Amino acid sequence: MSNILVVAELSEGKVRKSTHSAITFAREATKGGGSFTLFVLGDGAKAAAAEVVAYGAAKVLVGEDPSLKDPVCERFAPTIAAVAKAGNFDIVAITASSFGKDIAPRVAAKLAAGYAPDISGVKADGGKLTYRRPVYAGNAYVSCQLTTKVGVVSVRQSEFAAAEPSGGASATEDVAVAPADAAASKVTFLGIEAAKSERPDLGEAKVIVSGGRALKEKFAEVLDPLANQLGAAIGASRAACDAGYAPAELQVGQTGRVVAPALYLAIGISGAIQHLAGMKGSKVIVAINKDPEAPIFQVADYGLVQDLFTAVPALNAELKKANA
Amino acid sequence: MKILVPLKRVADPDNANKVKVNAGKLVTTGLEWKPNPFDEYAVETALRLTENGTATKTRQGEVVVVTFGPKDSETTLRAMLGTGADRAIRVDTGDDQIDGDVVARALKALVEKEKPDLVLCGKQAVDGDSGQVGQQLAEYLGWPQATFAGSIESEGDKALLVGREVDGGTIKLRVELPAVVSVDLRIVAPKSVKSVHTPATHAYPEGVRFAALMAIMAAKKKPLAEVKLADLTSDAAPKIQYLDYELPPARKAGVKVKDVTELVTRLKTEAKVV
Repeated sequence: MSNILVVAELSEGKVRKSTHSAITFAREATKGGGSFTLFVLGDGAKAAAAEVVAYGAAKVLVGEDPSLKDPVCERFAPTIAAVAKAGNFDIVAITASSFGKDIAPRVAAKLAAGYAPDISGVKADGGKLTYRRPVYAGNAYVSCQLTTKVGVVSVRQSEFAAAEPSGGASATEDVAVAPADAAASKVTFLGIEAAKSERPDLGEAKVIVSGGRALKEKFAEVLDPLANQLGAAIGASRAACDAGYAPAELQVGQTGRVVAPALYLAIGISGAIQHLAGMKGSKVIVAINKDPEAPIFQVADYGLVQDLFTAVPALNAELKKANA
Repeated sequence: MKILVPLKRVADPDNANKVKVNAGKLVTTGLEWKPNPFDEYAVETALRLTENGTATKTRQGEVVVVTFGPKDSETTLRAMLGTGADRAIRVDTGDDQIDGDVVARALKALVEKEKPDLVLCGKQAVDGDSGQVGQQLAEYLGWPQATFAGSIESEGDKALLVGREVDGGTIKLRVELPAVVSVDLRIVAPKSVKSVHTPATHAYPEGVRFAALMAIMAAKKKPLAEVKLADLTSDAAPKIQYLDYELPPARKAGVKVKDVTELVTRLKTEAKVV
């Protein structure tokens, strides 16, 4: 029986979808008993908390403070640890996003807790939680347990479906924001450079159109119409990002995002292990590549050996026709 | 600037798809030991921060590399000494008997002894893929942290401007030293690291440097110390216990389609995803 503190991740005052995956984790982990509490912290937490009162949490805790405007670990971690201690929680669950992976280990160290990162599954047997997590770039999975009284986990958005509301309204409660770590005075947040995009977030998209180095300067010219047609997010291989054909934040893989959309189209991507680590969990994978030996075909459900510069516009036209 | 770089050896990451599982145990037979790529990037970053990029023979500061492992993991340390690191420390352990938290606590003791201005590490080791040592070390030391660095500019050895690669963009932080910084792969792009010793116009070759044969010979004379784990931490019990390994579910054999018409038909009627 576990009592779980789920830390919500905010972005521009809204609860990020990755949080809903962490809620699904908490529901699964408490199937045999126990409960979960949501902790919404950050600037705008009060308003955001209203978004998550209908998910079956025992309580929704709110930590609103202007000092939490920017995602600085040395400011967030002390409050998460303090709330976890005060509420006597067994498990602290944080999203396995760049936000969560920055903070979770520091929280674990504060709580002398074991840390199970990037978990993809959980089983509660006999009161003890057993986690499943990918290792070796997703080429193996391992089941594991934490030996400490308190545990910290980060939850993979790509492996837990987003929770749907379960009705009801959890009570909300304001909690005090703990003083920042002394080290926080050594950190100045200077800003975030983020490309504005109308497309869905890579972590949330149902369809991803992903391109490799073969697209060269025509990366956007070739992929944009297809992505528009499919309502897809655009991803990229490391090679495409390194060459400057695509911005770094589009990268899918060991560096970059881990995704698992319903449909992943790999276009001109050879399929390096580091890339596969980020997309192998996709439900349906399509590969278009003129090299029939490209390793991407080994994981693709549908492979088309053809020059992408002719295949992609033709595919787009065919989809238009089919959906007309 | 004095920089400490923790380093791990891992089973050849370019052949990670060849790992096998036998009766719940992971088998990496046939895979060569390689330095964890992200740790190699950290060493390269440390070298760039402590040299004039146009005259790399002279080190302006000190780079100390440390690994946790058995005697033969010294090969990995020697390789880094060959690329320019000054000194190496091996903490004597097995390859698998410790976890990231033990490493972080042991490193804390080592840092207190060595007193570096900066600890640079890889954002994760690509075997366990945990990504925790840097952050935990920062907490144990009470130091600031900057994870997933894709760029670093040093400000006269007192502070670093770090570009952190995060989901959807780049966060810019100014971090006063001493600090712990973990690096991501773009840190080894030609202009990602700017030291105070190198002309701003200088561009490094892409990636990490390789040791010249002469340097490898010379590295044999560089100091390599052995430390007992028990001398760094009295508690070496892992907080995570790995039970059973398994291979990921095999994907069903895919098909090659002859053209986009067949592709769209199959996506519509078979896969039902468009």
